[in-house]
Amino acid sequence: MSATPIFNASRHLKALRWLRANLFSSLPNTLATLCIFYFVLKFLPSFIDWAFIRAIWDAPDAGPCRQAQGAGACWAFIADKYRFIMFGTYPYDQHWRPALAIAVLIALYGTSALRWMWRPRLAIVWLAGLGAIGALMWGGVFGLSYVDNGRWGGLILTLLLSTFGIAFAFPLSILLALGRRSAMPLIRLTSVAYIELIRGVPLISLLFMASVMLPLFLPGGISIDKLLRAQIAMILFVAAYLAEVVRGGMQALPPGQHEAAQALGLTYWREHCLVILPQALRIAIPPMVNTFIGFFKDTSLVVIIGLFDLLTTIKVSLNEPAWTGFGVEAYLFAAFAYFLFCYPMSRYSQSLERGLARGSVPSMLSDN
Amino acid sequence: LLAAAVGLGAWYIVSNTAHNLEARGIASGFQFLSREAGFEISETTFISYDATSTYRRAIAVGFLNTFRVAAFGIVIATALGALIGIARLARNWLLAKLAAVYVELIRNVPLLVQLFFWYAIITEYLPAPGDALNPLPGVFLSNRGVVFPIPRVDPLHLSPSVWLAIALASGLGCASAVARRKGLKRGIGVGLTALAPVLLALLFVAGTPVQMSYPELVGFNFTGGGALSPEFAALLLGLVLYTGAFIAEIVRAGILAVERGQFEAAHSLGLSRWQAMRLVILPQALRAMLPPLTSQYLNITKNSSLAVAIGYPDLVSIANTIINQTGQAIEGIAIIMLAYLTVSLTLSALMNWYNRRVALKGGKP
Repeated sequence: MSATPIFNASRHLKALRWLRANLFSSLPNTLATLCIFYFVLKFLPSFIDWAFIRAIWDAPDAGPCRQAQGAGACWAFIADKYRFIMFGTYPYDQHWRPALAIAVLIALYGTSALRWMWRPRLAIVWLAGLGAIGALMWGGVFGLSYVDNGRWGGLILTLLLSTFGIAFAFPLSILLALGRRSAMPLIRLTSVAYIELIRGVPLISLLFMASVMLPLFLPGGISIDKLLRAQIAMILFVAAYLAEVVRGGMQALPPGQHEAAQALGLTYWREHCLVILPQALRIAIPPMVNTFIGFFKDTSLVVIIGLFDLLTTIKVSLNEPAWTGFGVEAYLFAAFAYFLFCYPMSRYSQSLERGLARGSVPSMLSDN
Repeated sequence: LLAAAVGLGAWYIVSNTAHNLEARGIASGFQFLSREAGFEISETTFISYDATSTYRRAIAVGFLNTFRVAAFGIVIATALGALIGIARLARNWLLAKLAAVYVELIRNVPLLVQLFFWYAIITEYLPAPGDALNPLPGVFLSNRGVVFPIPRVDPLHLSPSVWLAIALASGLGCASAVARRKGLKRGIGVGLTALAPVLLALLFVAGTPVQMSYPELVGFNFTGGGALSPEFAALLLGLVLYTGAFIAEIVRAGILAVERGQFEAAHSLGLSRWQAMRLVILPQALRAMLPPLTSQYLNITKNSSLAVAIGYPDLVSIANTIINQTGQAIEGIAIIMLAYLTVSLTLSALMNWYNRRVALKGGKP
């Protein structure tokens, strides 16, 4: 009987002490706290009121939303259009296929995040996964009907653009990074010029270039479709950024590694494949994840050249006369969808950084 | 061998291109720049433009528009980023958490989505000019953008004495800069401060050449004052908030990179927290911050090209219009790339120069 109140009192005391130390430690601090409280109390309730309490969640058409406009959010728009937003113009009765493909891709991301999976067999898992996705999306095998890639759209297109972009840019970026550190002036100059040129211009201009200029570069009979052209532009773009990340990893290695490899009599390629790159890439993983996040966000730019990614499907849904004027809700939803993917990735990259900083790489280096 | 391969590849591409261009009847070269553009541009800054102007002038307008949004963006984003970065390290738990939430929310959503969002907020949720929001006297927010009072120079009142005053002021400025070099800081500074009222008095006697121009509601829209179009406002807001979050992280990392001993030393010297930050920590943190800041500034410039998505007539958007009109794709893209490369290289040269100025003198640590 007597123990409980004392325990409670000490808990209260602790809470009070915490409040004092963190919120009211000095006069300016107290003022700041009170100001923030004031603003939060002023704006948060009206936001909650708009986003949840007076929001329209479900409606057969835009009528109730129009009445509530300004007072409550119209989530019914999302509820009505979510199939189109998620899957674009993919045949309606086949939507389970892109849904399954999305699940496979997310499973692949998850597996790659596990550190004990960082072995050569991961490549095999990825090849198998991507093969399965290709079969699902295109069809034409196992009794699935064929779907042209012009009809792919929505979330799966965003995910595929970023995944394939990174997958193909990665080997290219290693070559570029090696080229930039090469002793041969011509190779070095070519790599430097490429990297700096690409990094100096906005992605949009590259996308325009791909959609306007690439057809001009190719001989008459050959034409490649819009999706592939955009994908090539994005690969060329992200490779330049990845190359700098890889180069950073290589520069972080102590020169002793290079000297030791030379002393062992390893050739250039053997030295890099067996000694330098495995360590450099390990160091470069956190910044690579950051590049991937940036690239994932950048795929939204294909809306400008009219590919049906997640953002485009949302924009197109807004163009429907029944639903025009609900842009705020639509883009909040888009922001939420992108956040769902980017935030875990950025947390993951931060935890990796902490893990690596705690010692695995330095100790790995000093052990040798 | 590589040279041969690259040369062969280049020749192949060039020959294909020449063939394709011929087949489509497009003449290459930059002669088209002097032709009449024939399209309107909704926003022009600094130079005049109408549909009868040349393509060259249209591109200049686009370039200046890009420059305008990037320049404003860089200044405001730096200020915002510095504030948020310091707030993340504040001792006030609430403030630090709020700043962290802001950074995480902004950094994990594509800029393009944010631009669309702000544009939608401005065009859908702000009232019509007739009942515009009026948060500050003279400032009006409506779905036609933002209008605010600006000082306008009245050329009639620019009498010789004012020119004299301006010349005097700039001369004094130069003199003080020279004096500063020579270490005569304080005396000159005081002298300048004393002179300031004299200058003001001179201005007063000469009649005020600068008058505030206030926006007024005439009919369905505002006239007078300065105005930001919804496109420009959305673009600037989006760019500033987005880049501000990244700059905040750079500022935070820079401050954390300063040794703990420096805080303690400043504290034991009796400096207050704010003084220590301003006089000891930030100057040192600046060194670590400059290289990543440079790349953020370049990012603002490049990201301003997303303007094309919300209809702000920046360089990329105008060049794209021109490409669609004339079919001069290669020349158009070349102009875009050249412009951005020029800006990027100039900006990084400037920042490198500044970096060298603030870098540690002497050997490397």
